[in-house]
Amino acid sequence: MVNLEIDNIKVSVPEESTIIEAAESAGILIPSLCYLKEINEIGACRVCVVEIEGKDKLVTSCNNKVANGMVIYTNSPKVRKHRKTIVEMILSQHDSNCVTCVRCGNCSLQKLANELNIINVPYEQEFERRPWNKKFPLIRDSSKCIKCMRCIQVCDKVQSVKVWDVVGTGSRVSVGISGNCKIEQADCALCGQCVTHCPVGALRERDDTEKVWNAIDAKDKVVVVQVAPAVRAAWGEELGLSREEATMGKIVDALRRIGFNYVFDTVFSADLTIMEEGTEFVGRFKNNKTKKMPMFTSCCPGWIRFCKAKFPHLVPQLSTAKSPQQMFGAVMKTYFANKIGVKPENICTVSIMPCIAKKGESNMELYFEEYAGHDVDLVLTTRELNRMIKTAHIDPNTLKDAECDELMKDGSGAGVIFGATGGVMEAALRSVYFLITKKNPEPDAFRIVRSSRETKGWLSAEIDIGVITVKAAVVNGLGNARKLIEALEKGEVHYDFVEVMACPGGCVGGGGQPIHDGEELAALRGKTLYCLDSNAPIRFSHENQDVGRLYKEYFEAPLSKKSHLLLHTNHNNWDM
Amino acid sequence: MSRLEMSVPNNAQVVLERLYRDLEHRIESSTSGLCPIDMSKAFLELCHAQSCGKCVPCRVGLGQLKYMIRDILDGKGSLDTLALMEKTALNIIETADCAIGYEAANIIHRGLIAFRQDYEEHIKQGGCTCQYEQAVPCVSLCPAGVDIPGYIALVHEGRYQDAIRLIRKDNPFPTTCGFICEHPCEARCRRNMVDASVNIRGLKRMAADLAGEVLPPPCSESTGKRIAIVGGGPSGLSAAYYLQLMGHQVVVYEMLPKLGGMLRYGIPNYRLPKNRLDDDINVILATGVKVQYGVRIGKDVTIQSLREEYDAVLITIGASSDKKLGISGEEAEGVVSAVKFLRDVGEDVELDFTGQEVAVIGGGNVSMDAVRTAIRLGAKKVSIVYRRRVTDMTALKDEIEGAIAEGVEVQTLKAPKKIEVDEKGHLKGIWVTPQMVSKVENLRTTVRPTGDEDVFIPCNTLIVAIGQDIESEHFAEAGVPVKSGRIQAEKYGGFDYIPGVFAGGDCATGPASVVKAIAAAKVVAANIDEYLGYNHSISCDVKVPENDFSNRTRLGRVSMTEREVGTRIHDFDGVENGMTEEEGKQEASRCLRCDHFGYGVFKGGRESLW
Repeated sequence: MVNLEIDNIKVSVPEESTIIEAAESAGILIPSLCYLKEINEIGACRVCVVEIEGKDKLVTSCNNKVANGMVIYTNSPKVRKHRKTIVEMILSQHDSNCVTCVRCGNCSLQKLANELNIINVPYEQEFERRPWNKKFPLIRDSSKCIKCMRCIQVCDKVQSVKVWDVVGTGSRVSVGISGNCKIEQADCALCGQCVTHCPVGALRERDDTEKVWNAIDAKDKVVVVQVAPAVRAAWGEELGLSREEATMGKIVDALRRIGFNYVFDTVFSADLTIMEEGTEFVGRFKNNKTKKMPMFTSCCPGWIRFCKAKFPHLVPQLSTAKSPQQMFGAVMKTYFANKIGVKPENICTVSIMPCIAKKGESNMELYFEEYAGHDVDLVLTTRELNRMIKTAHIDPNTLKDAECDELMKDGSGAGVIFGATGGVMEAALRSVYFLITKKNPEPDAFRIVRSSRETKGWLSAEIDIGVITVKAAVVNGLGNARKLIEALEKGEVHYDFVEVMACPGGCVGGGGQPIHDGEELAALRGKTLYCLDSNAPIRFSHENQDVGRLYKEYFEAPLSKKSHLLLHTNHNNWDM
Repeated sequence: MSRLEMSVPNNAQVVLERLYRDLEHRIESSTSGLCPIDMSKAFLELCHAQSCGKCVPCRVGLGQLKYMIRDILDGKGSLDTLALMEKTALNIIETADCAIGYEAANIIHRGLIAFRQDYEEHIKQGGCTCQYEQAVPCVSLCPAGVDIPGYIALVHEGRYQDAIRLIRKDNPFPTTCGFICEHPCEARCRRNMVDASVNIRGLKRMAADLAGEVLPPPCSESTGKRIAIVGGGPSGLSAAYYLQLMGHQVVVYEMLPKLGGMLRYGIPNYRLPKNRLDDDINVILATGVKVQYGVRIGKDVTIQSLREEYDAVLITIGASSDKKLGISGEEAEGVVSAVKFLRDVGEDVELDFTGQEVAVIGGGNVSMDAVRTAIRLGAKKVSIVYRRRVTDMTALKDEIEGAIAEGVEVQTLKAPKKIEVDEKGHLKGIWVTPQMVSKVENLRTTVRPTGDEDVFIPCNTLIVAIGQDIESEHFAEAGVPVKSGRIQAEKYGGFDYIPGVFAGGDCATGPASVVKAIAAAKVVAANIDEYLGYNHSISCDVKVPENDFSNRTRLGRVSMTEREVGTRIHDFDGVENGMTEEEGKQEASRCLRCDHFGYGVFKGGRESLW
C-alpha cells in the first residue's frame, strides 16, 4: 500500500494507483475530460491537474501514479486558477451553441464549465470547420471536437478498426480519418463506440427523427415500428425511469402515443432468425462445413461490415440469415401487408435500435417481386427514440404497460437475450438442441456461453447435444473478434459456431444507447435482459406461436425457397 | 554631451540574444514528421520579422506569401494560389535589395518544389498526411531503437544490472556502445530546449561500468533449426545473440582468430579496450552460440555448402577491404591502408614508428583512429592530409579535437596528387595539390585547385583512410547480387530469389556505425525466425521506474573527462574517463522522460517487444 495525503486527508491505496484513483477512493472527484480509464490516459486536456507539494509544475492525475509521502492538493488556488483557464482555452475552440446540440444536458464540457462558473471566455473564439457527409450514419462536427483523442483510442485499442487518427501538427492538429481519406472510404464498422465515448457533441448518429415524424404525418402511410431487445434495457436511463419502471410495455405505449400505427417487438423476429440460422447451422455442421472454419452469426451489422472490410475471404462463413431487424422488415412488407390489406409501398417500416450500424444495414437496396426498396425504411437509435418521446412532450411517468400488436406479438426469452453478448449463441443452442434431439433442453442448460464486456479475448464452450459436440465461441468487441479470427486462421483454435457482437458487452453496450460519460453499463443492462428471459413464459424460439403460424401460412419451413428469398441475403451483394 | 558613446546592450537586447540562442536549441531538437507547410509558414514569419521594411518585395511580398500559405493550410487555397505563390517568390528572389528578402523567398521557392505533394494534399484533401513521428526523439533516432528513457530511469535508481538487461533487448553490445556509439540519439534530445542534450552514451557507459557481470536471459525452447552466420562482427554477433535466444542453434564462421570484427580489428584499444569488448562478446557466447575460427568464406567453405548444411545462412562479413586512391606510387613499400594498419595493431603485430613521419589521408573516423594510433606507436610527426576543410570532415568532432590535442598536424585543402617513391620502391612522401573552397553544392562545399604549385609532404609511412569495400567476389560467383561493392539485399535482409540466405550490416549498407549494424541484425534475426516458420519475440521483464516529478530546473550536461594528453599518448589504455556515480545520477535526472510526458504517453512511447 502507498500512503499519502490528498486535500489534507490521509489516504492509503494499492501501489500502481493513479492520483485520480487514489483521490476517488477518498471521495474526492477530480474533474477530467479526456481521461478514459485504461483506454485514454494521455493527459491531453490538462483538466485533471493537481498540485504536488514541493513541485513547481502541476501534474495530471489521470496518468501519474502515487508515491509514498506525497502531499497533493486537488483544489488549491493554483489548481483552480489553471484548471479554469484550461477550460476557457478549450471553450475558445468549442462551438458552444449548446441549445442546438444533442449532448446538451449530457455534455462533460458543459457540466465542467458550469461547475467552474465560467460565464465568459476571455479568448478569441475560433472553430475548426471541416466538411462532412451529412448522409453518412455517423456524423462528426469538427467545431465541437475538443481533441481529447478518445475516439481514436477506442477505435484503435478496443475495436482495432483504426478509423480515426491524429491529423496535422502544431496548431492544426485535429482528429481526422486515417490515411487522410473520407469516412465513407474508411471501412468504418459503424459500431458507434466513438460516439458513446465522446465527452461532447462532436460525434453523433445521423438524426432521422424528422423523417419518422414526416412518415407519421403522411396520411397514406401505415407506419410500423419494431423495438430491439437491448433498447428496453437502457431507454429509461435518459428519462429518469428506474430499471424496474422502464419496461418494454411502456415503450409500446409511448410509440402509440407518438403516432405509430403498429408496434412490434424485434424479439419476434429474433425467434424467426433462430429458426433460420439454427437450421442453417445444423445443415452446415452435418455437412462438415464447419470443420475448417466456423459459421459466424450475422445479426450484428457492425461485425458484418468489419468482416467484409478486413476479412473479405471469411464472408462465405457468415450465416446467410438476415438480421432480426431486416427479417422483420421483410415480413412486415409481405405477410403482414397482405394480412392488413395494405400495399407494401404504403408501409413505412421503422426500427428502434441500440445501434448506428443498423442505419447502414437498412440502406441495402432490394428488388423483389413482393416489394422493392428497403426491408426497413428508417432506423432510430435508442437516443433518438428518447428525443422523440421528449419532443412529443410525453411525461415518462404517465406511461403504462401496453401490448404489441397482434399477428407478430409472441416473443421468447431466447429472443430477448439477443441484446447481450452470448445471447444469440444461447438462443440458437436451445433450438439447435431441439432440432437435433427433438426435445427441449433445460432452458438455462447453455448459460455457460453467457459472456461479458470483461471477458478477456473470447469465451469458448464445448456443447454436448445428444451424440454430437458443438464447439462454440462467443466474442464481443471487434478487437477481440480480430484476435479470435487470427487464432482461427493460424489453426490455434477451432470452432463450429461463433457469435460475434461488435460492441463491448453486445447490443446493450451498443453505439446507439444512452451515453453516460465514464460509465460502462453493458453488464447491468445485460442483467436486465437475462432477468426478463428467466421470467418469460416462453424460453425457446421454436415455441413462438406467431412464428409457427408465419411458417404455416407463408414461409412453409425454415430455409424454404421463400425464406431463402426474403429472409436470407448475400453479404457480398452490397458495398460498404 | 560627448561626441561618441560606448554601446552597452540594454536589457531587451540581452534577452533577445538569448531568444536567438533558444531558437537555435529549439530547431536543434525539432522532430521530423512535422507539416513542412506549417513549418515554412512559421519560418517565413520569422524572416518577415527580420525585415527592415524599406523595400516593397520584402515588406509586402513576404507578407503576401504568408497569407497564401495560411489560406492553403486553412483549406481555402487552390492550385492558382500555388501559381501566384511561385510568381511572388520569384519576384522577391529577383528584385529584393538584400539577403533578408531574397533568401527568405528562396526558402519558400525551394519548398514549393520539394513539398509540392504536401501543398497539393492540403489543397485537395484539406490536410496533409504528416504525423508527429518522434514521440520519443532519442529512441526514434537510435537505429536499434534502444529504450533510452527506460534505461536512464534505471540508472537514476542505481539499478545498473536492470539497465543492461533492458538495453540488451535491442542491443547486445551495451558496453561497446557505451564507449564508442556515435550516439545519434542525442542529436534531437528534447532537453536541448531546456539547456543541452542528455549525455546518453555516458550514462550507458556508466551502467556498463557499474553493472558487473549480467548473464543473458534464458533461450526459448530449442527449435532444432541451425543457422550459419558468416562474419563475427557486430551485426553477425547481434543476430547470433537474438537467434540463439529465439531457440535456434547458431554457428558463426569467423576468418580471424578472435570475434568482434571491426570492433576488435578496426577500433583502437584506447577508444574501446579489448577486455571491455570481451564483456559483451562473452555474454553473447553464453547463450550457446558456436564459433568456427579461421574459416574464410569462398576459400575454406562456400555459400552453397552452408546452404546445404544449414536451415538459413546470414552473411555479415562487414566491409574490410580498403578503397584505393588511384594515384601513381600507391603500391610502394610504406604505403598501407588504414584497415590493414589498424588490423595489424589489433592483432598485436609489432610496429614501431619511433622517429618516423606519418601522413594519413582522409577525414573520417578511421583516419582519426589511424593518426592517434600512429602517435602512440612513437611517430615523430603525424599529419592528416585532407582535400577539404576541418568543418567538412566526416569524423566526429570529439575525435578530431582529440587528435589535434595529441599533436596531430592537420593539413587541409590539399588533394593527393602522386606518391613519390625512391629507386628501391620505398615511399619518400606525397605530392599534394593546394585547393581553395568553392561553390556549395547540395549543402556540401566543393573545392577547386588554387593553381599554385604542388606541395611535397615527406613521410616514411602513408596511411590511406578513404573508405572501405567488401570482398564480394565469392558472393557474386555464388549468385548473390553484388553492386558497387555492396551485397544487394532487400529491405527485409533477404533475397527474393535465394530463399534462406540473408545479409546485413556493413556488407549490405556500406561502412556505417556499430549501432546501425546492430539495427540490421535485429531486422534479419526477426526475418530469419519468420522464414523458419516461427514468431518468437524478444522482450525484457525489467519494469521501467515511474517518472518522478522533479522540477526540471536548468542543469548543465555532464561531459566525460579524458586522461592527460602527455600520459595517454604513450599507451593504448582507454582515453575517456567514465562518469562518477554522483555525476551519473545527476545526469540521469536531466532526462525529460518523453516516454511519459508529451506525445509518448499517447502513441509510440514504448515498444516492449519486437
